Amino acid sequence: MTATATRKYETVIGLEVHLQFDTATKIFCGCANKFGETPNTLTCPVCLGLPGALPVVNAKALEYAIKVGLALNCTINPFVKFDRKNYFYPDCPKAYQISQFDLPICSNGHLMIETADGEPKKILINRAHLEEDAGKLIHDNANNCSLVDYNRTGTPLLEIVTEPDLRSAEEAYNYLQNLKLTLQYLNVSDCDMEKGSLRCDANISIRLIGETKLGTKTELKNMNSFKAVKAGLEHEINRHEAALESGQTIVQETRL
Amino acid sequence: MISEKDVQYVAGLARIHLKDEEANRLTKDLEKILDYINKLDTLDVTDVQPTSHVLPLKNVYREDTVRPSLTQQESLKISVDQHEGSFKVPKVIE
Amino acid sequence: MELNKLTAHELLDLIKNKKATPQEILGSVHEQIEKSEKDVKAYVRINENTVVATASDERSVPIPIGIKDNMCILDQETTCSSKILKGFKAPYNATVIDKLKKSGALLIGNTNMDEFAMGSSTENSCYGTTHNPWKLDCVPGGSSGGSAAAVAANEAIWAIGSDTGGSIRQPASFCGVVGMKPTYGRVSRYGLIAFASSLDQIGPITKDVADSALLLNIIAGYDERDSTSVDMPVPDYTQALENNVKGLKIGIPKEYFVEGLDPEVKDAVMTAIEVLKKQGATFEEVSLPHTDYGIATYYITATSEASSNLARYDGVQYGIRELAKKTRKSPLLDMYDETRAVGFGAEVKRRIMLGTYSLSSGYYDAYYLKGLKVRTLIKNDFDKLFADFDAIIGPTSPTTAFKIGDRVNDPLSMYLSDIYTVSANLSGIPAISLPCGFSKEKLPIGLHIMTKPFAEEMLFRIAYTYEQNTQWHKQRVEL
Repeated sequence: MTATATRKYETVIGLEVHLQFDTATKIFCGCANKFGETPNTLTCPVCLGLPGALPVVNAKALEYAIKVGLALNCTINPFVKFDRKNYFYPDCPKAYQISQFDLPICSNGHLMIETADGEPKKILINRAHLEEDAGKLIHDNANNCSLVDYNRTGTPLLEIVTEPDLRSAEEAYNYLQNLKLTLQYLNVSDCDMEKGSLRCDANISIRLIGETKLGTKTELKNMNSFKAVKAGLEHEINRHEAALESGQTIVQETRL
Repeated sequence: MISEKDVQYVAGLARIHLKDEEANRLTKDLEKILDYINKLDTLDVTDVQPTSHVLPLKNVYREDTVRPSLTQQESLKISVDQHEGSFKVPKVIE
Repeated sequence: MELNKLTAHELLDLIKNKKATPQEILGSVHEQIEKSEKDVKAYVRINENTVVATASDERSVPIPIGIKDNMCILDQETTCSSKILKGFKAPYNATVIDKLKKSGALLIGNTNMDEFAMGSSTENSCYGTTHNPWKLDCVPGGSSGGSAAAVAANEAIWAIGSDTGGSIRQPASFCGVVGMKPTYGRVSRYGLIAFASSLDQIGPITKDVADSALLLNIIAGYDERDSTSVDMPVPDYTQALENNVKGLKIGIPKEYFVEGLDPEVKDAVMTAIEVLKKQGATFEEVSLPHTDYGIATYYITATSEASSNLARYDGVQYGIRELAKKTRKSPLLDMYDETRAVGFGAEVKRRIMLGTYSLSSGYYDAYYLKGLKVRTLIKNDFDKLFADFDAIIGPTSPTTAFKIGDRVNDPLSMYLSDIYTVSANLSGIPAISLPCGFSKEKLPIGLHIMTKPFAEEMLFRIAYTYEQNTQWHKQRVEL
């Protein structure tokens, strides 16, 4: 990478972390919230999204969300509501995910990190909102079909979204480390990326230094460790820089 | 005005396959209905709060206590198709 | 004595005095079904072996009841009269079903309805049309047309319906029975297959007001499984059955007596008002200035909610699944598109399309959000009136039952038949329709009363007083 003094481009990164809470039950029903059980043994009319079933929110999930919000210096909003995000996919039994749009439970927070120079830096958190996790889809090539296990459906999730404040892969890495420490201290999740308790998506773009408009972004999804996030981001930074240097335009895309 | 193209676009969002004659009829129906609904435009609602719910209920939640789930057999009994303890669907192309 | 023509409270007296048994009552209902069901077609499914529990409990109410086909019953098919749910057997009971079973109710069958409760005539059913028992070539109203027709035809002693924009009250009016929509939150919606969640409410359809109170006693109450059910004690509604309206102040909205109202309906309602006046109620003309916007607001709100509620019927889990013969997009996407194309009827598609359109980006503010705002205005109209008035009175529907087929090709004219009923749903208040006369063609006319939220007792009191001073509720169909 180019040295800071001669840098032409600036990196802009925003992170979305999905955190599974380890409450005893799911977010909207009394099914146990457990990982690794026999498929479709932790379901009920509510999390299967059956006709007539209705969600009732788990007080513990709200409590955990508030805890995280306070630790991340967020405003805890006195009035929150849930909304529906409609999409058709077999892992989403109601064909909508219950989430929060305009009135998230937490907003406007920050988390301190250290920059490469050892300076403290404030990373702004735009929001953290509650939502339900989706089911698990397994693609069965031998039988030319897909199989759905709804055990995970309705696991409480907190989506923590930063502002595009991170300026390098390393800063992103430091943010994730600090966030994980905070979350583990709060004892709201095992933060095990292997099990999917903590998942991270990144939005990355680069722009000429001094430019205020954001460049075309790439979305990186489903990375299974912080090291993978860092490596993925570094790769994208180099790819974007090389592309811009050779006069190409960057196409917005999602990389899985 | 809603065009047949709009109708086909909305049908795509709603995931309903419409045959041409069906889309044609729906376009006419929706045009009439929307025209009727547009009478709301005569009202000024700039300073009106929306009502999505009539009850002033708040802080309704439940304790984090486990309740029995359905058994795998009970949950799969409703399924159109199943395979090895899971709901079976046509292959999802990623 | 034909037991099936009696009311539940009359039958309970007979059982108490050992003059009839639940088996005999059930038998007489089945006999009637045998005789007239082929003409009325009120049911989509009849339970051949309804179990009569040997009840020793004094409170037990072993009365045959019809259940609208949109409430989940454990291991029994529930379809909302839709092809898309054919074969769906819920692995659970709706709360209302649990409560009924506990009361000893005899569930005789599932009644026909407009598909997903979308309609005002029960013509939108995958099982075919239900006929009005008073005049078989007329509609029974809808969407709870099967429930209302079953009670009117004496094929059930009473029935359960659901009301999203008038779906209990309008068919009750068309069939000459009593239909009541409780306050939103009074009866649990858990297990009621949703049409529009912020408007849906379950309620009784009965032969008289006393039965309506009795049945509401059984089904009302807080339910921890429904966050919108209200944790408030349920009074004994039968205690509200008082033949006395002295000093009550009732409003007559001028907006309800305008063009489009059938003169025969108007006359019957005005005569009913005179009856209550004689009993000591005072009446005053009032205004509900946003009445004219009710239907538009209702159709935006209800269809938007429905488009989301009905998205789950996609062939993935339960019900029917259709695959495309030729791949258009992908096997999975084609399954969605095809299942929903084949499984939903024309009216349901129309409403899903309207709802999807008004929620879609670019139109959300102009339609859905605007609808929610006008809903506030409509609700405010009622709040203001109820500060000064005990109740509001008018016709349930602008006309009597129309001919089968008359309005199926004109959705808007069908929608307009809900003009007097939708505002109770939009504002969440309780309302009742009760018989107040017949047209020259011998079709029933309904009187509509509304009160403020959770004032069901006031509603029953006024309705009961009217009934005690008239004979309309004693009319029975001979079939």
